[in-house]
Amino acid sequence: MSQQKSLKVPGRYDQIRLICEFVAEGAKAARLDEDDIFHIELACDEACTNIIEHAYGQENSGPIEVTWQINAHNFTIIFTDQGQSFDPDQVPLPLSTQELQNLDNLDDLKVGGLGLHFMKKLMDEVIFAFDKEKGNQLIMIKKL
Amino acid sequence: MAIKVESFKRVDLIEVSGRIDSSNAPELDETLKQLADQDRHQLVLNLSQVDYMSSAGLRAIVTALRAAKKSGGNVHLSQPSDRVREVLELAGLHTLFQIYEDDTAAVGDF
Repeated sequence: MSQQKSLKVPGRYDQIRLICEFVAEGAKAARLDEDDIFHIELACDEACTNIIEHAYGQENSGPIEVTWQINAHNFTIIFTDQGQSFDPDQVPLPLSTQELQNLDNLDDLKVGGLGLHFMKKLMDEVIFAFDKEKGNQLIMIKKL
Repeated sequence: MAIKVESFKRVDLIEVSGRIDSSNAPELDETLKQLADQDRHQLVLNLSQVDYMSSAGLRAIVTALRAAKKSGGNVHLSQPSDRVREVLELAGLHTLFQIYEDDTAAVGDF
């Protein structure tokens, strides 16, 4: 049996918690454990922050729509926005522990790119899709 | 999120509690910047009561670390919660910070 729910909110930082709680509710319905739910919330938080900062470029520039789906094998989260599409391959990788230890000057440390890194680490699958009509879609999957 | 700052002679102890995300990380960033502006560069951040931190929170504490080290100081982390530790490790940034099991050790090591 599959289940699905959607929510649409303005693209603002103060809406992120609401989105996280909405998705957490779905994750609970999918019987995921507390650690998984924390990971999903964190991945959703980073996804929303990226949409506001990179797709829209600022707050209040467009909506964020989020849908969660449960089926026999997956808990799937789909984010849709109408901002600028971006190429995830262009996001620089965060520094490795080795690179961090060899860092002579902390000024060289950029803490960007962490959001995408978190999403990829915390979810089983992360897919970006760009469609002129639907807008940008980010699909994140946690296997059940 | 709640922030409490206690100033000692040489060190400032900043206790943060609750959830740190993009909506309130600028508030933490601002508190830490104000301390730097007052030439307070020996900071202890007690994160034992932080139950959630996104990369926005990480950015704030790394920015503070960078500013403190530039001025010969440091940022010590005291009792980071399991969730904070997990996020630090996920980002690979745990090696940048000195982490202590209590405030006395974190303050005393300056």
